[in-house]
Amino acid sequence: MTEVATFEVLGKKDTRSGFGEGLLEIAKQNKEVVGLCADLTGSLKMDAFKNAFPERFFQVGIAEANMIGLAAGMAVGGKIPYTGTFANFSTGRVYDQIRQSVAYSKKNVKICASHAGLTLGEDGATHQILEDIGMMKMLPNMTVIVPCDFNQTKQATIAIADLNGPVYLRFGRPAVPIFTQPDAHFTIGKADVLMEGNDVTIIACGHLVWKSIEAAEELRNQGISAEVINMHTIKPLDEEAILRSVAKTGCVVTAEEHMIYGGLGDSVAQVLSRNNPTPQEYVGVNDTFGESGKPDELMAKYNIDTPNVVAAAQAVLKRK
Amino acid sequence: METSELHRIASQVRRDIVRMVGSASSGHPGGSLGCADFLTMLYFETMNHDPNNFNMEGREEDIFYLSNGHISPVWYSVLARSGYFPVDELGTFRKLSTRLQGHPSTDKKLPGVRMASGSLGQGLSCAIGTAQAKKLNGDNSIVYSLHGDGELQEGQIWEAAMYAAANKVDNVIATIDYNGRQIDGDLEDVLSLGNLHQKWQAFGWEVLEMNGHNMDEMRSVLAEAKAKTGNGKPIVIVMKTEMGQGVDYMMGTHKWHGNAPSPEQVDAALAQLEETLGDY
Repeated sequence: MTEVATFEVLGKKDTRSGFGEGLLEIAKQNKEVVGLCADLTGSLKMDAFKNAFPERFFQVGIAEANMIGLAAGMAVGGKIPYTGTFANFSTGRVYDQIRQSVAYSKKNVKICASHAGLTLGEDGATHQILEDIGMMKMLPNMTVIVPCDFNQTKQATIAIADLNGPVYLRFGRPAVPIFTQPDAHFTIGKADVLMEGNDVTIIACGHLVWKSIEAAEELRNQGISAEVINMHTIKPLDEEAILRSVAKTGCVVTAEEHMIYGGLGDSVAQVLSRNNPTPQEYVGVNDTFGESGKPDELMAKYNIDTPNVVAAAQAVLKRK
Repeated sequence: METSELHRIASQVRRDIVRMVGSASSGHPGGSLGCADFLTMLYFETMNHDPNNFNMEGREEDIFYLSNGHISPVWYSVLARSGYFPVDELGTFRKLSTRLQGHPSTDKKLPGVRMASGSLGQGLSCAIGTAQAKKLNGDNSIVYSLHGDGELQEGQIWEAAMYAAANKVDNVIATIDYNGRQIDGDLEDVLSLGNLHQKWQAFGWEVLEMNGHNMDEMRSVLAEAKAKTGNGKPIVIVMKTEMGQGVDYMMGTHKWHGNAPSPEQVDAALAQLEETLGDY
């Protein structure tokens, strides 16, 4: 059996705080960076940026459509706008504005979305968007990034300033384990192989990356060698990393805090069906809305928790 | 520029519109004809811009956004006649692989266009965003935008209106093409805007009015608008126009909002419009 890396938990923090720190950092480095927020400055952790650069912060009120249009217009004027609101209001509410004024017009706008998925928790299904990755990845010109922890969200926030084009950056509300290094360079479109293994490939994004690491450790106890890939960039997808791993393992589990339709799993399946048809199991929300509850309770109830990744790996191994 | 010269240009622009829409057998002639005088005035006299060196950012230049993108024929004609791209290219309007898409777009890199439009209600936000970027850049030029009156039924317009006044975005001059007609009929019958002048005033805008077919009046109102920039309030001009202006059978009805004339109808229209600068 291959030697498996173990991960030291460096602490626990919310990924949105990584965004807040990253925004402040990149704003110090790049004077063209501006920030827009739709009445959720505290929730998005944009206060530090706002206080440091008040003239570059734009409070737009509860008017997300206008925020996207303003950002597109500022991009014409040479700015690099970062918009901040919840993932639901960052995508579903403003899909047409993003489609026409940002994606089709190829504007350098960074749509930064917090409180994505079920882990938004108690506010319930009205706010728990599980379709946003799908909506955003379907747009031509759009880059879609879902980092896994505080450190990576911070690095991704910094990295996207150098990409001249529209970006959707998705992160979340609850405090979750930090396990990537603070100084790890973030490369857009290049997957991170976190654990090497031979029996099954687990490809995950966002909060499900840590769950997948936990699952791989559990699988190791069962004598199963799992490879864990952090697919932080959903689009453009690192097809090579997928195919390389699958050539070795012959089966795949995808894991995401998103609807199984249209998310990471679908993107991976498309690569496999075209290049190397491979048994795949999906860990994701199965065609249902969420509900109120604590993040951990919801992950368990909607079958996107560590045991679900373990079970999916066991199931897909039988289909090899 | 002499008023008579502006009229000569506008007449040619109207011929271009009719020929483009006729040749494509699709497009929106009514609103295009109605805004021919205004856009001629804007591009040939009012705006400080550089047709020969178009760049996306347009620093130190006045910028224009067409929010009601369906009247692209008039914009394309005025852009070409100003020198942004060859006049001959007008013949490709709405045809496969053209840079002159049915609604304006940036992806084929047509000089003069900075933002896609067509899905209504988005251009005012974009104009205000660019105006704020100009302020950050220490650039004192002006951002102009044009909107349909029917377009004001979109909620995003009023989000933008509220924002611009609250944030004193006073380097934007929006114009409303108030022709009173939309696809389904008269605006009053489809969804009345109520007292439009008072609505903009209540939203905190400086409101001016003008006749969109009177060059001299437009010249003075646009000068007044320009003089009012930098005073802490965004500016809107409610511009009365006639849909289909210049082609008798297209006036007084909403029916030519989005219908192309037949070859015979094109001829009938061209007979009413003097060829002043040479057809493309």
